Amino acid sequence: MSTTAEKKAGFGSVLWDYLTTVDHKKIAILYLVAGLFFFILGGLQAMLIRIQLIAPDNEFISAQFYNEVLTMHGTTMIFLAAMPLIFALMNAVLPLQIGARDVAFPFINSLGFWLFFFGGIFLNISWFAGGAPDVGWTAYAPLSLFSESHGVDYYSIGLQITGFGTLMGGINFIVTVVNMRAPGMTYMRMPLFTWTSFIASVLILFAFPALTVGLFLLTFDRLFGGNFFDPEMGGNVIIWEHLFWIFGHPEVYILILPAFGVFSEIIPTFSKKRLFGYSSMVFATILIAFLGFMVWAHHMFTVGLGPIANSIFAVATMAIAVPTGIKIFNWLFTMWGGSIRLTSPMVMALGFIPTFTIGGMTGVMLASAAADFQYHDTYFVVAHFHYVIVGGTVLGIFAGIIYWWPKMFGTMLNEKLNHWFFWLFFIGFHLTFFFQHFLGLMGMPRRYWKFLPDQGLDLFNLISTIGAFGMAIGTIIFLINVVMTQMKGEKVSGDPWDARTLEWAIPSPPPFYNFKQEPLVRGLDALWVEKMQGNGKIQPAEPLGDIHMPNRSFVPFVISLGLFIAGFGVMYQGAMWILAAIGFGTTAGAMLYRSVKDDIGYHVHKEELEEEGDGSNG
Amino acid sequence: MKGWMTRFKAVMALTVMALILSGCGEPFLSTLQPRGEGAAMLLELIILSTVIMLFVFVVVMAIYIYVVIKFRQKEGQEDFIPKQTEGSHALETLWTVIPIILLLILAVPTVQYTFTFADVNNPEVSQEGEELDQIWIDVTGKQYWWHFEYEGLDITTSQEIYIPTDRRVYLSMISDDVIHSFWVPSIQGKMDVNPTGNRNEMWLQADEEGVYWGKCAELCGPSHSLMDFKVIAVSPGEFEEWVEDMQGVTGEEEPETTTAQAGQETFEENCLSCHAVGSSPNKVGPNLTNFADRDKLAGVFDMTEENLFEWIDTKGEEMKPGNLMVDAPYDLNEEEINQVIEYLMTLSPSEVTPESADNGVYIDSDLSDLFPEEEEEDAEESEEDEETDENDEE
Repeated sequence: MSTTAEKKAGFGSVLWDYLTTVDHKKIAILYLVAGLFFFILGGLQAMLIRIQLIAPDNEFISAQFYNEVLTMHGTTMIFLAAMPLIFALMNAVLPLQIGARDVAFPFINSLGFWLFFFGGIFLNISWFAGGAPDVGWTAYAPLSLFSESHGVDYYSIGLQITGFGTLMGGINFIVTVVNMRAPGMTYMRMPLFTWTSFIASVLILFAFPALTVGLFLLTFDRLFGGNFFDPEMGGNVIIWEHLFWIFGHPEVYILILPAFGVFSEIIPTFSKKRLFGYSSMVFATILIAFLGFMVWAHHMFTVGLGPIANSIFAVATMAIAVPTGIKIFNWLFTMWGGSIRLTSPMVMALGFIPTFTIGGMTGVMLASAAADFQYHDTYFVVAHFHYVIVGGTVLGIFAGIIYWWPKMFGTMLNEKLNHWFFWLFFIGFHLTFFFQHFLGLMGMPRRYWKFLPDQGLDLFNLISTIGAFGMAIGTIIFLINVVMTQMKGEKVSGDPWDARTLEWAIPSPPPFYNFKQEPLVRGLDALWVEKMQGNGKIQPAEPLGDIHMPNRSFVPFVISLGLFIAGFGVMYQGAMWILAAIGFGTTAGAMLYRSVKDDIGYHVHKEELEEEGDGSNG
Repeated sequence: MKGWMTRFKAVMALTVMALILSGCGEPFLSTLQPRGEGAAMLLELIILSTVIMLFVFVVVMAIYIYVVIKFRQKEGQEDFIPKQTEGSHALETLWTVIPIILLLILAVPTVQYTFTFADVNNPEVSQEGEELDQIWIDVTGKQYWWHFEYEGLDITTSQEIYIPTDRRVYLSMISDDVIHSFWVPSIQGKMDVNPTGNRNEMWLQADEEGVYWGKCAELCGPSHSLMDFKVIAVSPGEFEEWVEDMQGVTGEEEPETTTAQAGQETFEENCLSCHAVGSSPNKVGPNLTNFADRDKLAGVFDMTEENLFEWIDTKGEEMKPGNLMVDAPYDLNEEEINQVIEYLMTLSPSEVTPESADNGVYIDSDLSDLFPEEEEEDAEESEEDEETDENDEE
């Protein structure tokens, strides 16, 4: 199991290694690769949308295909790109930040990834099986019931499988943070990224069940003659909207909170100052999460819930601006009086602040229920949520990837290319989406396959498409950078950014057991405390001893594969029921095997650790 | 170099001007150029929230720019360790309290307006203090067109509604299939059109005569982006005339030319099971009572014979993908289609057409002639209401 042996391993054994790994650092890489793949896929779909809308009355793609593309763009970006990329960062960083050797349930962690992955593949097979879902990522009934192809079935079953994985991942991180913190790592000493990931996991725990229920009902309606949403049979279409948004709104915070956390790490590091108002940052995070569950109906102001419901949800939504504002000012005052280094993650953080502020501003504008009668379902909304999700989450993800790249891979992405990537992406982004605010106000609803000539919408749509190409070129530069960096393979130290938190106290990439000895945390920004008051190394909290590690396992892959196969059987029915039998049988068998077989893991012995020399905590 | 700068500045200035000018959109479609009470109120709210938010943005950016310029790492000071400030209660209180105040300033009119827009039971009062008769229109959203029935007036029409400019017109909306959303940006905000049986109600009011574009704002299938309709606001007198003309249509009027007569026959055999002419509960397909007066064909196409021919010939398959007319069983040859077109082009019962909205003619009327019976009914009802109220009290 030594690292040199792995380096020489061939492709087959590397593949087997990743298929069976339960190591959070490797699972992080799996999430990263899969997430980037789907991000590119969703990006290509976005380009199709923008090319279709480059000119009025354009016939570049057909109306049906356009609806499939817009549905898959949204679904892919939210569920298959943003979520896994956030999980990539959480897996890569969170256990290291709290001084843990792995997450609480390494097996479940692996299972979570494979469920997500097979769910994503399942959803995308729809392209080749008669058409992708074509009803928007929100899949409003009864349009989603009337949709003729199997696309919506792929949507409901694919997301169901993916959702199981996400739910497991969320629970895993909650338990990890509660139980696995190193000695001295009290809650109020946890780095902000750990805090926001923890709160996002809590949101996952409470929000995803609503989606699970909604998707089950949708599946029953479409495949088994249920009538939950069919108005002809006494069903109610509005219930789907409620279920979807009870999940969907917290989902927005699941996506954005970890990005807040990333920037709350980057800004202190490159300002050489501790985070301003740490405790109010923590409090604001919790408050945002709490309020995030009480505002879902602001997606439904035009549904006709009545003025009382609309007013309550409007005011509750506005209230979220307060804790978010607290965060913005705290970041600004973290930099105040600091010594700012303009590295690429920091420049991205600096790009994030005004962008997200604009997204927050339009958010408050949208919260004004009456005014929303004009904004709702127009390009104003499209602009708003891209300012928040791209300007917040995606910038946060990329800043996080660049910032923690050395920790994950031991190499450093080329700074010059990073800056090129950022500026192209950033300028392209504003060109694309800033003008969409006005398109919405000028009367262009969203999800429009065509806009008509002579309606004053031509110029801004053209600018928007040009901007999209800027974003695409930026992304390509990032990918080139990744490939070039990994080809060169220049190793860097454990702490290349002169950072402040625990994960930078160990080598890059960390040994598979993370910490040779459990670290002793003596304050917020543990490594910084040692740099200022000690010898720059984290002190161990225990003498060197055996390390208990989990065994690798192929079972998670098999369990997920079983559900993947069963999905086809449930959907196509008839003779295909045999697939459901095989699939569910495989899953149940694998679970049974896992249950009856005692797997108590193995130990890395003290002597081995001593041999590896002082790579320990610094 | 200087010349280049001047030219650059000129180009920049022109670009900015162009952006500002095109930033308001077209008056028949843009929320930024309101032509009705609803859109005007909403624009007020939009401007209020924009001003508050811009204030916040300016504050954030001022601090941001100062910080980024002032606190960059200086050369030779790489080892400088800044003071590690924990926070500041005073500052943190400040940026908690001020946003709360700003949000309250926005929240009050938001709640007020939200209730105003939901209010459809409060009759308007004319300048003389008399209650205005309420015009109620039943709106039905269908893939991918709109159907309108004027309550109590015995008029049905599709795709284009006529409204008078002197009062609010009330809509009661429901969908026959999936969820749609009814939006006329330049005169009123939008409201979803649900299929569940819970009708949504809203009001429309146009200040100026004009042809306003309406849009479907909820994804409803492939031709969602082509589900446009028009609101034609005319003066009350013109509206009255239009109503009376429409009421006179039975659908059995014989056209003048023989081709059109042949067309009518073909139409009756092939089209009448879905399309009605004259007031009719039939709404399988759009009502065609004043078809020849339409501003647009199928909501979006120019009213030309070529377009109409293609539509009837191909059943709109390419023109409006996913439209339900493709299932219609008819099979017409070229001659028959041309006859039907000629017949359809005679369906112009009224002098009042979309052009009347732009011709600058204003005819006054209080529309009371249109509601002779209803007034009595209203009076009776309100008396009854009072009685029941009294009973309740007892």
